[in-house]
Amino acid sequence: MMRDWIKSGNPWIWLTASAVSVSLVLVFGLILLIAARGFAHFWPKQLVELTYVERDGATVNLIGEVHDSEIVSAERVKDAGYAIDKDQPLYERLLLKIGNRDLYGQDFTWVVRSHIQQQATPESIIAVERREWGNFYGYLTAVKQAGEIVAEGEQAVPVLEERLDRAIALHKQIRDIEKHAIGAINYGMERLRLKQRKLELDKKDTPENLQNLEQERNGYQQRYDALQHELTTLYGEIARDSIAAKSADGRLVELPLSKIVRVYYPNGMPVFAKILFYAAKIWEFVGDEPREANTEGGVFPAIFGTVMMVLIMSVMVTPFGVVAAVYLREYAKQGVLTRTIRIAVNNLAGVPSIVYGVFGLGFFVYFLGGNIDQLFYPESAPAPVFGTPGLLWSSLTLAILTVPVVIVATEEGLSRIPKAIREGSLALGATKAETLWRTVLPMASPAVMTGLILAIARAAGEVAPLMLVGVVKLAPSLPLDANAPFLHLDRKFMHLGFHIYDVGFQSPNVEAARPLVYATALLLVAVIVVLNLTAIAIRNHLREKYRSLEQ
Amino acid sequence: MNNEMSNRTPTHAMDIEALGRVRNRVDPELAETCLEVKNLSLFYGETQALFDINLKIPKQQVTAFIGPSGCGKSTLLRCMNRMNDLVDGLKINGQLLLDNEDIYAKSVDVAELRRRVGMVFQKPNPFPKSVYENVAYGLRLQGVNNRHTLDEVVERALKRAALWDEVRDRLHDNALGLSGGQQQRLVIARAVAIEPEVLLLDEPASALDPISTLKIEELIYELKDKYTIVIVTHNMQQAARVSDCTAFLYMGKLIEFGDTNQLFTNPRKKQTEDYITGRYG
Repeated sequence: MMRDWIKSGNPWIWLTASAVSVSLVLVFGLILLIAARGFAHFWPKQLVELTYVERDGATVNLIGEVHDSEIVSAERVKDAGYAIDKDQPLYERLLLKIGNRDLYGQDFTWVVRSHIQQQATPESIIAVERREWGNFYGYLTAVKQAGEIVAEGEQAVPVLEERLDRAIALHKQIRDIEKHAIGAINYGMERLRLKQRKLELDKKDTPENLQNLEQERNGYQQRYDALQHELTTLYGEIARDSIAAKSADGRLVELPLSKIVRVYYPNGMPVFAKILFYAAKIWEFVGDEPREANTEGGVFPAIFGTVMMVLIMSVMVTPFGVVAAVYLREYAKQGVLTRTIRIAVNNLAGVPSIVYGVFGLGFFVYFLGGNIDQLFYPESAPAPVFGTPGLLWSSLTLAILTVPVVIVATEEGLSRIPKAIREGSLALGATKAETLWRTVLPMASPAVMTGLILAIARAAGEVAPLMLVGVVKLAPSLPLDANAPFLHLDRKFMHLGFHIYDVGFQSPNVEAARPLVYATALLLVAVIVVLNLTAIAIRNHLREKYRSLEQ
Repeated sequence: MNNEMSNRTPTHAMDIEALGRVRNRVDPELAETCLEVKNLSLFYGETQALFDINLKIPKQQVTAFIGPSGCGKSTLLRCMNRMNDLVDGLKINGQLLLDNEDIYAKSVDVAELRRRVGMVFQKPNPFPKSVYENVAYGLRLQGVNNRHTLDEVVERALKRAALWDEVRDRLHDNALGLSGGQQQRLVIARAVAIEPEVLLLDEPASALDPISTLKIEELIYELKDKYTIVIVTHNMQQAARVSDCTAFLYMGKLIEFGDTNQLFTNPRKKQTEDYITGRYG
């Protein structure tokens, strides 16, 4: 009976099928976990107001959102200094995000549930998202203009809304000026300085040349002064309004509107408003810059850096890999040497990536970059231009890391082109090179794309080597901007993978950052999926175009 | 019935007249020669594949190579445009003269030679491009990119390959969408477009259905007005139908070469007779 069943092959089918199922469950489980943890973070949570008995018996008022809860043994509660009931072996404690870091010194606190005397969720509690010091939780008392109260109590709410919109618009204006207009001026000034230095080095610093530079510099200076004047006015205007608010323990705080990102009433929000809030938060996460040591705001520069790096890597790895594969497959004499090279190439794909990072740092950054600086940028010494980790070197390092995959895939593709096609082309008077260029390579292009897909999948997720050759936790400017030459390959950049590491493990506020780790991880997966889907779409298009003969 | 049979030459293998082609006798020795094979021997490494072949292929006639599989007829054909150059370890002794010039001479530009000696293979091998681009391929290689010239040549070549009426409305569709027979005619058009002097056909109809085969044969018949055609075929009826001269190869040796009618109706060699009467092969 049993033997028949084994012979029938059914157990084998079950075994293989269950292996596939387990893998699928793992993958989807992983993504679901990341998604659930990451995206729940942006939903406005209820704020509870507690009357809580501290370990010394004093009663305090707390406002916060419940972040987590866990069951602990009575022993630990006792060690924490609380009086315990002997008959109760286990206690529940809650992790409360109480915000108001400026007042309490910390965002999070543990409370033991049995010590909570009263609990309420009043609708009038406000949550204020600030540009500094994290969130503020409390009650709105008044809206002030230049220190004078303009609205109090109930009326304060619409007044605040209106004035906050104004403050946010002003803030946007200020940031635009500081970032773009003044950024461009600084960039121009720096170039002038380098130009002058170059003239000095070339011994061409004639009074005439210097005069020209000085004129240009004056132009910049005038524009800068004008902008600075404008900024002063704007700063004056944005500082006009503030709100007075009362924290849970009754302290009165004055919050200037210029430091506020948004104000909301988590307990009083209808579902629709919550959805809008949620969408706005996610939009901010994807499209904005990080604040507060990367624990707040968005990750746009990291997304941008990741995509940029992968694109530049693709541009470099494809021609290199294809050319190498063409030589190996089409021109090199097939023998022991080519076989050895092929094995070596395959093994390169297995070298740990940090090794490539070390290589990139030693060869690209220090050697190549250092020499480039000496030859082409003597004016900026001692500050390095290319002799320091940056986007170009990161892309190149990853290109080297992924080139074996492209070579192998391309070789495979070349070997699959039917001999009949090559002969057909040769018989029409084409040389071997013409045949390759006009017929064989186009037909092998889907295989090249397959190689590129694998390369992208590997490169986009790689972090370790990048830490050595160009990634930073906070890049002051994107590698692509409006200042000529627009693409700044020498700049350092942010990367989602490194961002995960930085936010999760290097952040001063680990509790606050943890959900962001999940959200960023999900985003990284999404970015890789999008990059891959694009490459797959291109490949399918090419496949359709160059359907091969045997089908 | 018996009476009729006895009226004919006793050794004949095939009713040539019944095939409907009337033509003049061609004596390869006397006709104007296009390609001359002189003492050609060919080795694949240690193995010898062709033994001392001597043969004169007459100009603007159809010459067929017949013989059993592995007899070297394709190898001989592929020598004529140096397609064998791609094979590793190949060695050739003797000469192959195209208009009295040795095509294996060092000074010969192989690409140039292949433009003069076109080739069509057993399986249709159109490029995965449009019909138009397939035909224009050879011209583009020569640097012709003038739209007007290309249009003209493509149309002329397709007409000559009797394909124009079928594809005139889908010139810019992928050539792989054509039927097998159409693909093979397209490949012929592609070869004809660069105006070769000689057209080598390596079993051009063996992968096709009977109707497509017929079309290809008709096409060969038409094309001989302009080109010297050499065709390798497995199919003796086909050789008899389309060719003016026939060469019979066996085991890498040229057994008999002469006028097709004569070879099929009155072979000089016993081996030829055995082969065409179906005793082996």
